[in-house]
Amino acid sequence: MLRAEPAALSDDELLDRYQRAAFDYFIENVNPENGLVADTSRPNSPASIAVVGFALSCYPVGVERGWMARDAAAKLTLAALRFFSTSPQGNGDEVTGHKGFYYHFLDMRTGLRVWRCELSMVDTALLISGMLVASAYFSGDNGEEAEIRQLAETLYRRVDWRWAQGSSPTLRQGWKPKSGFLHYGWEGYNEATILYVLSMASPDSPTSDNSYEGWTATYQWENIYGYDVLYGGPLFMHQFSHAWIDFAGIRDAFMREKNSDYFENSRRSTYLHRDYARHNPYSYSGYDENLWGLSAGDGPGGFRTSVERQRRRFSGYAARGAPFGPDDGTIAPWSYPASLPFAPEICLAALRHLGDRYPEVIDNFRLPSGFNPTLANRRKFGRHGWVSEGHYGLDQGIVALMIENHRSGLIWRLMRSNRHIRNGLRKAGFNGGWLSQPASPASGGGDVA
Amino acid sequence: MSRDRTRTTAFPVDHNDIELIKSAHPPHWKNPQPDGPYNLVVIGAGPAGLTAAYEAAGLGAKVALIERNLIGGTCVNVGCIPSKSIIRTARLYADMRDAQNFGGDMPDRLHVDFQRAMTRMRQIRQRISRADSAAGLVSEGIDLYFGEARFSGRDAVTVAGQTLRFRKALVATGARASLPTIPGLAETGYLSNETMFDLTECPKRLLVIGGGPLGCEAAQAFCLLGAKVIQAQREPMFLPGEERDAAQILSDALAREGVEVRLNTEVVAVRTEGGKKLADLVCDDITTTISVDEIITGIGRSPNVDGLDLENAGVAYDADGIKVDDYLRTANPRIYAAGDVCLAYKFTHTAEATARMVVRNALFLGRRKLSELVIPWCTYTDPEIAHVGLYPAEARQNGIPVKTYTVLMHDVARAVMDGEEEGFVKIHVREGSDRILGATVVASHAGEMINAVSLAIKSGMGLRALADVIHPFPTQAQGIKMAGDAYRRTRLTSSWKHLAGRWLAWSRRW
Repeated sequence: MLRAEPAALSDDELLDRYQRAAFDYFIENVNPENGLVADTSRPNSPASIAVVGFALSCYPVGVERGWMARDAAAKLTLAALRFFSTSPQGNGDEVTGHKGFYYHFLDMRTGLRVWRCELSMVDTALLISGMLVASAYFSGDNGEEAEIRQLAETLYRRVDWRWAQGSSPTLRQGWKPKSGFLHYGWEGYNEATILYVLSMASPDSPTSDNSYEGWTATYQWENIYGYDVLYGGPLFMHQFSHAWIDFAGIRDAFMREKNSDYFENSRRSTYLHRDYARHNPYSYSGYDENLWGLSAGDGPGGFRTSVERQRRRFSGYAARGAPFGPDDGTIAPWSYPASLPFAPEICLAALRHLGDRYPEVIDNFRLPSGFNPTLANRRKFGRHGWVSEGHYGLDQGIVALMIENHRSGLIWRLMRSNRHIRNGLRKAGFNGGWLSQPASPASGGGDVA
Repeated sequence: MSRDRTRTTAFPVDHNDIELIKSAHPPHWKNPQPDGPYNLVVIGAGPAGLTAAYEAAGLGAKVALIERNLIGGTCVNVGCIPSKSIIRTARLYADMRDAQNFGGDMPDRLHVDFQRAMTRMRQIRQRISRADSAAGLVSEGIDLYFGEARFSGRDAVTVAGQTLRFRKALVATGARASLPTIPGLAETGYLSNETMFDLTECPKRLLVIGGGPLGCEAAQAFCLLGAKVIQAQREPMFLPGEERDAAQILSDALAREGVEVRLNTEVVAVRTEGGKKLADLVCDDITTTISVDEIITGIGRSPNVDGLDLENAGVAYDADGIKVDDYLRTANPRIYAAGDVCLAYKFTHTAEATARMVVRNALFLGRRKLSELVIPWCTYTDPEIAHVGLYPAEARQNGIPVKTYTVLMHDVARAVMDGEEEGFVKIHVREGSDRILGATVVASHAGEMINAVSLAIKSGMGLRALADVIHPFPTQAQGIKMAGDAYRRTRLTSSWKHLAGRWLAWSRRW
C-alpha cells in the first residue's frame, strides 16, 4: 500500500517515487552472479531476457539519480554481459540461446532455457537494446567499462538476424528446436520497430533491405474516435520501442505519407485508450477518463461469468486492447507512466486518480501488472476486486525508463549517440529531426563506435 | 450439383428429405430426346447452372441442363441454406441463455432439442428447393437431363446414352469438401460441411478442424446447440486473409461462448479407441491428445473436374479447377465455366453473377469481365464478418495510399438497443480522396450492412456522398453513414473552420 500521501507530492516528487519503486525491482530481483533478473517477483520465477534488457537500461538511470553507485551498476552490467557471452549456444538442449538469440525464459541460477520456451526475437532485441544503452553510458577508460563496451558490441554483432527472417522478408517471432520457426504472424503495427532497427543495422548479419518495408506493408492507418492513428490495440505496442528510441520528429516512408510520426501516434493512441474507457461499452467498473489503459499483462484467470447481465470471459496473462478488445475490465496501471512522455497531462491525472481511488493496488508506489475492479465482491474476489500478485519486471522496466525519458530524456539521448541505432533507422528509411543532426556524445557516456 | 456424393447413408432422414428428392430429382424421371444442337448446354444444376439456364431460356435460347444428383447444388442441399437455418436456431439458444441482457428471464431449464433444430432445417431446405423443381425447369422451356455428363468432343456431351450437341456449353459442376490428409481420419470417420446436416444427435464432444468460415460457423453453432467444441486452427488467427481485428473479435466471441479455441494448432493424427475418436494436436513442439465423439472438417473445397472427360473437349484444368480467362472462357472457346468449379471465391452469389456473365458473353457476344465484378462475402458467425473490395494490405502492396474510417458498433445507437454492439464498420478509401476501395463490417447483421458499400463501389459513389444518404433512425446500417460522417469531419480543415467562423460572425451583424 502507499506509504506516503501522494496528493501532497508535487508532480516531480510523485514521479520520483514511482520511478524509484520501479527501479528497485531490479535491485531486489537480480542474481548478482550472472546479472539475470526475474521475470516476476513471485517465488521461483525464472529470468526473462527482456527484463534483463530493461535492467541494463535502468542501471544508468539509477546512477544518475543517485540510487546506486556507478561501479555497482557497472558490476551488475558486466555480470550479465559476461554471462551471455560465455553461456552455451546451439540448437540442442541445455543451452541459453542459438544463433546469437536467446530463449525467452532462463533459469535464474544456471541461465539455461526453461519451460520449453521459444527462442525469442523481439525479447532478444530488448536485451540487446539494454546492452547498447550500457555501452553508450559506460564510457570510462577503466577496464570494467571498456569490457562492457567490447562485450556489448560483440554480443550485438553475433546475432544472426538474417537467419531469423526464415524464407520471408519479415522477421519470425520465435523458434523452437523441434518445430523450427513459429508461424505466428507479425501482421500490423506493434512493438517490434526496435527489432527491425537493430536487425537492419547489423554489420555482420543484417536482414535483407526489404524486411522493414515488408512489415510496414501490413500497417493500417485508421480514423477511430476522431483520431488518425496507426492502430495497435494494446498500449505497450506504442511504448516499448519508444523506451529506447525518441521517435519525435523522425519519419519513415509510412509516416511521411501520413504527415505524422510515431511519437505523435503514441500520443493519439494514449488518448484513444482514454476515450475508449469513457465509452466503456461493456460497462466495466471504474472505467472513465482517469481509469483507462489496456495492455499486455496479468489477468484474473480464465473463466466466464456474467457482468451487468452480460456474459463475459476473463483471461489470465494476455494482451488486451482498445477499442477492438479483448477487454475483460482488467486495467494495466503501469500504462500511465509508460505513456507519460507522449501525453503527460492525462497520464499524470490518471496516476493521481489511481492513488486516490485505488490505493490498495499500489505497493509503496510500485504498480501491479493489472487489476480488475469489476470483480469486486464477485466469485472469490474481495471488495477490491482482483489485483495481480507481486510485480512484473517488464512493467517496472518500462515505468522506470519512460519516467526518465519524460524527466531528462537520458535513455533517448544515449541511444541517439549509438551508430547502430542511427544506421538502423536510416536503413529503415527514417530521416529528419535529430537524425539529421550529427551524433553527439551523450552525457555519461560516449559512442562506442 | 457437386459430382461427389452429397447424400450420405443417412439421407433421406425424414419426409422432408423425401419431398425434396421428389422435387429435385424425381424418381423415374425420363430424359427428353435432343432435337438438334442446343444454344447452350449447362452441366450442373447448382446456383450457377440454374441461373444460366433460366437466363438463357428466358431470352429464347434452346437450353439443356444436366444434373447427376439433386437440383439446387451445394447451396440448397448441403451448404448455405441448411447451415444458416441451423445457425438461426443456435442464435435462439444464445439469446435464451442471454435473456437477462435483454430484460427477460432465462428459462429455468434450457433443454436443447437438437432433433427439432434439424427437422426445421430440413423443412426449410425442402421449401426453398421447391423454387427450382424439375417440373418448374421444364415449364420454363429447359430440357432437363439427369445423369453423368461427359464430353465426347469439342462440341458434344453425352448423358445417359444420349449425345447433346451444342454451340456453347457451360461447366458449372461446383466443388466438394476437400478430403483432409490427416493420417487415420478417413478410417476413423468424420463429417464434412456436407455430411454434418445428416446428424440426428448433437455430439457431446466435438473437434472442429479448421478456422476458416466453414469451421468457425460450425464450431459456434454446435457449441450453442450444446456440444463441447474444441476448434483447432493451424494458423495464428481465424479467417486467414481477413483483417486482424475482425479475426480477433471472432476469436474472443467463440471463446466467450465456450468454444475451446486452439490456434497455431495442427491435427496430426486421428484414431479410434474404446468407441471414442482420439486426435493428436500439435502446438509448436507440444503434442496433446483429445478424445471426442465426432470430428467436423471445414478446411476447404475442391473443384469437381473429374469424370467430365474435359480432355476430350480441350478444356484445361488443374487442382484449383477449370482454367478460364477474364471472360470466363475455357481453353475451348465454345465452352465456358462459372461458379465454384473455376473461381477462387466459392460463393453462391459469385456463382450466380458469373453465370449471368457467361450467358451475355457466350450467347450475345458480350465482353463482361470477371475482374470487374464487385464481390462481397460474409462469414455467418455471431458477429458476422463481411467484406467487399480491397483490404488495406492489398491496396498498399499495389502502391495505393489507404486510410480507414472506423466506426465502432458500440457507437451505433440501434446496435446498443439490440444488445449487438460488438464489432465495427471499416471503410477504406484512397488517402486524400473519398474513393472507396473496400470495407469490412463486423456486426450481428454485417451481411446486410455490407450491401450499401458494395452498391457505392459499384456505382462509383464516394464516402462523402454516402454520408449524404439518409438512413432511417434507428438502424444498425447507420454505422455505414457514420463512417461517411467521420470522413466529412476530417475534411473540415482549420482554414475552412476559420473561414466559416468569420462568415458566421459577419452574419450575426445583420
